[in-house]
Amino acid sequence: MELLTDPIFLARFQFAATVIFHFVFVPLSIGIGLMMAINETRYYRTRDAQDAGATGLWVKIFAACFIVGVATGITMEFSFGTNWADYARFVGDIFGAPLAAEALFAFFLESVFLGILIFGRNRVSPRFYMVSAWLVWFGSCLSALWILIANSWMQTPAGGELSADGSKAVITDFFAAAFNPSLASRYFHTVLSVLAVGAFIALAISAWYMYKKRHPEFAMRTMRTGAVVGIVSMCLLLVSAHASAVVVSEEQPTKFALMEGMYDSEVPPLYLAGWVDEATQEVFGLGIPGGSSFLATGTWDTEFEGLNELAQTTEFDGMVVEEAPANLVFQSYHVMVLLFGVIMIILILTLIFTFRGGTITSKKWLQRLLIISPIFPMLAIQAGWLTAEYGRQPWVVYPSTTGPEGLTLLTADGVSQVVSAPEILITLLLFTVVYTFIFIALIRVVFKFIKQGPVLDAAGVAAAAVSGGTDAEEVDIVETVSVFAVAEREASRSSAQRSQAGSVQIQEGE
Amino acid sequence: MDATMFQVLWFWLIALLIGGYFVLDGFDLGVGVLYPFLAKNEKEKAVLRRSVGPVWDGNEVWLLTAGGALFAAFPPAYATTFSGFYLAIMLVLFGLIVRAVSLEFRAHDGAWKKIWDACFFIGSFLPALLFGVAAGNVLQGIPMHANGDYAGIPLLGLLSPFTLLCGVLGLLLFITLGARWVALKAPEHSALQARAAQLALPLQLGALVVFVVASIVLFVVVQPELAGSTAVLRIVFAVLFVGGLLVSLVLHRKSDLLAFLSQAASVFFLVALWASSLFPSLVVATKGGAEAVGESITIMNGSSSEFSLMCMTIIACIGVPIVLVYHVIIYRSFRGRIADKDLASY
Repeated sequence: MELLTDPIFLARFQFAATVIFHFVFVPLSIGIGLMMAINETRYYRTRDAQDAGATGLWVKIFAACFIVGVATGITMEFSFGTNWADYARFVGDIFGAPLAAEALFAFFLESVFLGILIFGRNRVSPRFYMVSAWLVWFGSCLSALWILIANSWMQTPAGGELSADGSKAVITDFFAAAFNPSLASRYFHTVLSVLAVGAFIALAISAWYMYKKRHPEFAMRTMRTGAVVGIVSMCLLLVSAHASAVVVSEEQPTKFALMEGMYDSEVPPLYLAGWVDEATQEVFGLGIPGGSSFLATGTWDTEFEGLNELAQTTEFDGMVVEEAPANLVFQSYHVMVLLFGVIMIILILTLIFTFRGGTITSKKWLQRLLIISPIFPMLAIQAGWLTAEYGRQPWVVYPSTTGPEGLTLLTADGVSQVVSAPEILITLLLFTVVYTFIFIALIRVVFKFIKQGPVLDAAGVAAAAVSGGTDAEEVDIVETVSVFAVAEREASRSSAQRSQAGSVQIQEGE
Repeated sequence: MDATMFQVLWFWLIALLIGGYFVLDGFDLGVGVLYPFLAKNEKEKAVLRRSVGPVWDGNEVWLLTAGGALFAAFPPAYATTFSGFYLAIMLVLFGLIVRAVSLEFRAHDGAWKKIWDACFFIGSFLPALLFGVAAGNVLQGIPMHANGDYAGIPLLGLLSPFTLLCGVLGLLLFITLGARWVALKAPEHSALQARAAQLALPLQLGALVVFVVASIVLFVVVQPELAGSTAVLRIVFAVLFVGGLLVSLVLHRKSDLLAFLSQAASVFFLVALWASSLFPSLVVATKGGAEAVGESITIMNGSSSEFSLMCMTIIACIGVPIVLVYHVIIYRSFRGRIADKDLASY
């Protein structure tokens, strides 16, 4: 109960809870955004009404996830002022700019072209519609870049110095601050992993259609796209994971020590699973000797300093070893690594059974597995973030090895002193209620979309009706409206059954 | 200590962003507040939602940009207001959250439509009222600790006759904008269009009355210093605000578009009046009591470094023109009145 009256704990808990919730939807929108854009490009080439229906499904799912991401994202931008006022005062000179730039460069782009995607199918040309889909996806990746610039700067500060009176950070080099040492590896690691999330959403939806024997063409095609996007992302993830490990071992020694539970100097093994006993400072587990040393340096016998040694140095004397969240970071990190293996196995199975004769349509066990499988990459990315952010503790601005002298802040020194524990408790309660409500609503709506399937609704698709036989490059019909009604019977039993499409084209005079 | 060029520039840029936000999200917040009262049936409700559907999200980004710019250019002002107004900001936030979700889900989730309608209304009403209250507090001043933190009572301390009047003024103006927007977008000669246009008139007169009363309260109770470099500016903006309202009244029967635009301009000038009344302060500190010893945060003592402001100026020079192009694209793509075909999937 002591924790409930501790404003620092409550502020941290609220930030963690709201950002974890937010980070469920952002990956969904970036990952699904790619599926949406790929599919719309396909439709632009084929002008097949079924492809337009498929884009329609992706747009609906994307928009639902995106809007929840927007709604929960406002919380995050405001929270630096509401809950972390002293942090805002300390870092505003450097940290504020990426947030402003994110809104200016990314949010406007995403929101405007999403408006086109949701409402503009028969108001803009097919080419413009396709470009809009890519711009929305590009915007979401750009948004991730700016926010990771901000976050990576907290991990490995650069391009700044402590002000003369020691009260705040001051920027000295914009590009050094933006492209700080950990940005590149962390950005690619994050974007690749969220693309894997999107790929698994595609796999799960296709598997469900296969399981229910609906929309066989869409299911097979989407299964292929998802499996390819998934395996490419996961293979590239190995590179970004290695790059991240190198940066962490060089720049953030206490985080590196926490990840493998190193209390004392040693050649770090790579544990497959284990348990850190924080009281006795021992790790019980099964590991590859020297494995983490190899990941970080390419040699099997490099010794790294443990927490006890590091806490003795002036750089890291803010660390109280007894309070370090060693087991939590250890477990998050190893859950992430373990899930990487699980995801790889599922992907390889999917690839084999999808591309070798398409026998996946008769593999019920694999379909069942794929339907629940988005949970694995979702848990993996959350575990990865827990590792990154808990590993940074007890600092909010980490005293990294190459960071500017004295440019560091303890998390406990960053909170809003004026916001009391009861106030945070009230908002925590409200967040719990509102976010639970939103989550249930989103699940309802997205499941409904999936049940409706990749079919055109009454609003129809102008281009689909208009473009029959027209060269793709020549079609540029703005303000053309057509009512396109397609009735596809749900649970159609055979792939031979054609969708019944009737179209009426009305050319609107301007 | 004189203000530098960049400090002055960023003060007015942020005022511009807030002004843009109040005009653009202003009309869609207003539509949300009017929603349960103006729309008489399902179809009219759909027209109201569809009228803001493609644009509300982009409009809301103005708020995020203004917040980010305030954080970057004047961190102490951002920190003090957001933490000091904690519960009020959270109410705005929860409003914006449920509102965003309701606009997206209402069309797809018929079973929950009553819940979504309620969310749309409440989520529009709370911000529409509280933004004015917040603006009033900044102008009236708040007690501050030596470190710049708010030293008053949480939430209730922010309510005074003047700040409440500001809240009501903001609410009235947002609703008027919303009514004018509906009059502009509703099908020609529809009952909805007539009702919306009719509603705008008394609302505008009400806003004018509240503005006069709030101004009197400001001078009698809050007693700002009328001297200073912005005195002329303030008079000009006050005249422009009233002028915009009057022009909108005159054009009422002639053109829905011009009536909307002049109303929008008047809201923009009110924000300019508010900003020029503050200048060069960002958060005014009131004195009194042992606790309230903090100094006002101004653009001189509360800004980021010159180099930081210069970097942001470059970012703004690249970003702002692009953003304006986006707005041309979206408003052009969805220009004109809403027709039945637009509601097909709604």
